[in-house]
Amino acid sequence: MLKFTAEHEWLKLEGDVATVGITQHAADQLGDLVFVELPEVGAELTKDGNAATVESVKAASDVYSPLDGEVVEVNQAIVDDPSLVNSEPEGSAWFFKLKLKNVSDIDSLMDEAAYKDLIG
Amino acid sequence: MDDQAVLNITPLHALHVSLGAKMVPFAGYDMPVQYPLGVMKEHLHTRAAAGLFDVSHMGQVIVKAKSGVYTDAALALEKLVPVDILGLKEGRQRYGFFTDENGGILDDLMITNRGDHLLVVVNAACKDQDVAHMKANLTSCDVTLLDDRALIALQGPRAEAVLAELWAGVSAMKFMDVVEVPLHDVPCIISRSGYSGEDGFEISVPEAHAVEVANALLEHPDCEAIGLGARDSLRLEAGLCLYGNDIDTTTSPIEASLEWALQKARKAGGDREGGFPGAERILCELANGASRRRVGLKPEGKAPVRSHAKLYADAEGQTELGEVTSGTFGPTVEGPVAMGYLPVSHIAAGTTVYAEVRGKYLAMTVATLPFITPTYKR
Repeated sequence: MLKFTAEHEWLKLEGDVATVGITQHAADQLGDLVFVELPEVGAELTKDGNAATVESVKAASDVYSPLDGEVVEVNQAIVDDPSLVNSEPEGSAWFFKLKLKNVSDIDSLMDEAAYKDLIG
Repeated sequence: MDDQAVLNITPLHALHVSLGAKMVPFAGYDMPVQYPLGVMKEHLHTRAAAGLFDVSHMGQVIVKAKSGVYTDAALALEKLVPVDILGLKEGRQRYGFFTDENGGILDDLMITNRGDHLLVVVNAACKDQDVAHMKANLTSCDVTLLDDRALIALQGPRAEAVLAELWAGVSAMKFMDVVEVPLHDVPCIISRSGYSGEDGFEISVPEAHAVEVANALLEHPDCEAIGLGARDSLRLEAGLCLYGNDIDTTTSPIEASLEWALQKARKAGGDREGGFPGAERILCELANGASRRRVGLKPEGKAPVRSHAKLYADAEGQTELGEVTSGTFGPTVEGPVAMGYLPVSHIAAGTTVYAEVRGKYLAMTVATLPFITPTYKR
């Protein structure tokens, strides 16, 4: 199941673990990324709380946690090469995997059609 | 949108939009921050080939003595600027700044001797204030803001080759030379200078012909349009100040490490010593040193350290020293670069200080400016 947030994140749910990344639209808006800071594995995140930081040449931006949960894995590849987020934001350049506190919370997020309407 | 309705546009605005630029408000103008190439590639292209920048938002101002005599205009402007303008030769340009009574910097500017008058170029955000300042203080001169000319910067190691397609004489120009020549039969004023650390030119073009000249330059395969995003990372790698970030009314020229811009004639013992606002403090700091200085800072990690990050002597954030005034990722340096102010106890190259970023204290090393080797054609 693929879901989206108004903060331009995508979530792919497998069991009770959601893989989280930023959308192509967000990556395009941010421009060339030069730095990514990810949460620690084991960190407890709360919905809309700070989860990660990305920086372009121009500015730093926060990435928020889409739901409540525990970080079970992070993608070191995008820390080593932030430009991956620009080239494959909805593929290999995922940010972290979140073990959801309440799996049913994901139903409150947008599906792909609703997200596409949002970004026009 | 409403907020765009009040923004000014430059004569090249439609060209930027047609090239697919992302437009943002900057100093009251709707300006291109980047083109489809993106900030990183635009930056690297400028260092490798040639970049064209629209800097028409900047103020181009004529200062002409009512007597019509250059020396009268030069001596008048020297009352506001601590540099040697009388000694500036015809067809030559020089960097300077307006100082205030406290020795702070009101704006920085480029000054050209155009024979019977001065041409000064000032920052967009300060231009109305600068013109008012000159009109109020240079009563022996006519001060005219040119609102019918575009300003196009062409920067990079291939800039000369690109411009040579329009005017073969360009190769005879040296850094800070200024000439008036026709490009495509359009009378242009060309200076060999810029804001990127590279060789290059700034070309003042009558508004009606701005698009034609810009397109003629962009036709060259080595020349790409470059936005304000790359302009900022280029100038920061080159160690050049951005007014409002690195210098302002709270920084003196000596604190800002800009004493190289003051020539002998205006210093203690010079022919025209002092005689500019804040001279007492500025000459005292020249003789005795300022208590703090603008320095280059190289973050040791990968995270950019941005303007206003606080700087500390220790990794616990106990002893505050100053703050970062500009910071970004340097595409040519391939790492983060910054500038900021530190007390003289901490300005030696190699000194480690700590910047507070998102609650962490990141080590930074004081570095010699610039971060790149400039390619000015002296």
